[in-house]
Parts: sequence; structure tokens; C-alpha cells
Amino acid sequence: MKAGKAGLVATGLVTLLGIGVFWSGTDGFTAFTAEAARRAEVLRSPRSLPAAVLEDQDGRRFSLRDYQGRLLAVEFIYTRCNTICRSLGMAFRQVRERLPSQALGREVALLSISFDAARDDPSSLKAYGQAFGADGAHWRIARIHSQADVAPLLAAFGIVVIPDGLGGFEHNAAIHLLGRDGKLTQISDIDQPVAFADSIAKSL
Amino acid sequence: MNLYTRIALGAFYLFLATPVARSALEGVMSTHMLLQIPLLAAAGVPIARLLPARRRDALLAACGGALPCVVLALFASSYWMLPRALDAALGDPLTEAAKFISLPLLVGLPLALAWRQLTAIGRGFVWTNFISMLAVLGWLYIAAPVRVCNNYLADEQGNTGWLMAKLAVVLFAGWLGTLFVGGKPAPIAVPAARSGESRQASPT
Repeated sequence: MKAGKAGLVATGLVTLLGIGVFWSGTDGFTAFTAEAARRAEVLRSPRSLPAAVLEDQDGRRFSLRDYQGRLLAVEFIYTRCNTICRSLGMAFRQVRERLPSQALGREVALLSISFDAARDDPSSLKAYGQAFGADGAHWRIARIHSQADVAPLLAAFGIVVIPDGLGGFEHNAAIHLLGRDGKLTQISDIDQPVAFADSIAKSL
Repeated sequence: MNLYTRIALGAFYLFLATPVARSALEGVMSTHMLLQIPLLAAAGVPIARLLPARRRDALLAACGGALPCVVLALFASSYWMLPRALDAALGDPLTEAAKFISLPLLVGLPLALAWRQLTAIGRGFVWTNFISMLAVLGWLYIAAPVRVCNNYLADEQGNTGWLMAKLAVVLFAGWLGTLFVGGKPAPIAVPAARSGESRQASPT
């Protein structure tokens, strides 16, 4: 491999260009996965969400917009899930226990949303909530009422749901925080419920 | 290369771009990474052969020789190994188009252009670099505690990791084999005293 002067200059240029592309493609070498990118992007610029109609464990219909003025913690689940959603449920429970009880419901609420609208009827939502100690008021379990609203809502959150081949699903699990303006402002790991709750408590 | 081969190669490239072939190859992580991407990169190799020898040499000279071409191919191929890039290609048609164009033109073509000018050490560097990248990525996928691609199942990630590790071992064995029982001798065995003459009568 003989490289003359021009060759070395060209190599230098290609190297700089390559590093530049990697830099911009990974948010400055911090986000190598789509999930990390999603979390970083939400922190930089909070996202507006579509107004989907949800239906909770008691069959009551409501919208994410109804929570404006309060902070809202959101997780996505499906009730038949035995793996990651169990951790999600446990994480949410820890968040609820960590939050100051006088703020619950008034200034901050929790919402578990099932993306499996077809199979998760209110009774299975209720059973799921009871399994994790959700009270159905400050922490509601809901499904997306209309099947047509599922894909846009998941896309707005950046949740990718794929069938696992065993009748269930895999999805990028996380705990999401919606600000008082109703925008998605923060996404945390499910194994960081305490830090997540503390960051909410700080902004109460 | 005769006309039929050209048409067949062009048709094969177009076939890879059809929705059927894309969903078949991209539906599974291992075929996306270990079949579709290598095939697209390989599709750039015949482009170098289609050019008349003088054009080819002129193009290589314009690029600054073999070294910048190899570095370009390294950067471009590494980029499409990023889990984030894989997810983006699945969700965003522009990124997918960029993948289909950049792999042949920025990986296969420059490697094919540079290959003739590379000494055995240069070729060995390209091979071992590729093999070690495969092994390291494979190990990362096996050991990663989280899913790195939102569009692929955790099991598939592990499978892909093992496939990459096995492929790295097989390729390394094959490459070692060519060192000891290779066909034509590599152009490195040029004694220093005679290197001036042999450069003019470069056999490859």
C-alpha cells in the first residue's frame, strides 16, 4: 500500500469525514442504539403527543390531555406479558411508593397503557392493576380505545412492538414522563424507578 | 464481463431492493446483518470490473490511491454495523435508500479498486480488521444485557451474536489457510534491493 502525499491528504479527509458522520449519527458518540437516541431526543426537545381516547380498568374513557396541568408517568404494557412488563409493573409500583403521597393524584399521576387493545379488556386491565397494587385512580391501567389510534400513539412515543413468535410481544420498555404541558419530556430505564421518582419529586 | 452477467448482476441488485426480498432479509436480524448488508457491499465489486482498466486506474488515482479507499470502506461498513443505523434503515425509507446506495458505492467499489494495489500486508490488514470487527460485535451482541435493536427480538440478537462469532472463527481459519496453502503468491515477497524494478513490473 503505497500512499503518496495526495494519498495521505485524501486519507486524512476521509478519516475526518468518517468521524464526522459517526459523530452526528450517534449524537456525539453517546447514542449507538435507537433507544438511546429516542431518550436523548426527548430530553432535547419534548414531543407533542396525539389525543388518543383511552379506556381504563373501569371502562371510563379519557384522554392524555385530561392530565394537562399535572405530571404523568406513563408505561406501555400488555397484560398477558410475564417478562418485561412484570419489571415495568414493579418499577411503577416503586415509583408510586417513592412519590410524596399528598402529591399523588393532585400533582402527579401514573398510567399504564396497554397496546394490545384487542385482547386487553377492562377486566384483564383490572386484574393487572390489582396484581401490582394500582389503585385505579392515581394509578390507572388503560387500553387504547380505537385500534386505529394504537400505531400513531406508539409512534409518537417511539415504542416499537414486535410479536415474539409465542403469542406475546417484545417492546422497548421504559418509564416515560409527560410534563404539565402534556409533552413527553423524559424517558428513564425501568431499573431506575427511584431516580425517576426523585426527579419527579424535585419538580413538584 | 459479458452482457448477460451485467444484466444478471443489475437484476440481482434490483431484486434485493424489492419489498419481498427486503422484508424477507430484514425480518430477521441475522440475515439483515450477515446476508443483505454483505450482498449489497459485494454488489459494488463488479462495478470496478465494469470500468475499463484505464478508467479504473484513473479513478483510483483521483481518490488518492488504495489507502483512502480502504479507510472509506472501513468507515462506511462500520456505520451500517451500528444498531441504531439498522433500526433507522427499517423505519425510515431515506436511511434505507442511503444503505442501498452507500454499501455498493462506498464499501464494495473502493475495496475492489484498491484491492489490486494492496500488498499481502494491506490485504491481511483488511481481512483481520474485518474478522476482528465481526468477533467483537458478535461478542457484544451475545453479552449485551439489553436489546440493542428495537425491531429485533432479544433471542435473535443472541443468535446473531453467535453466528458472527462462528463466522469470525471460520473466516479466520480460512484466511490463515490461504497464508500457508494459498494459490498464487502474494506480491509482498519482493526483496528490498529489487523493489524499484518490481514496482514498474507490478504483477497485479
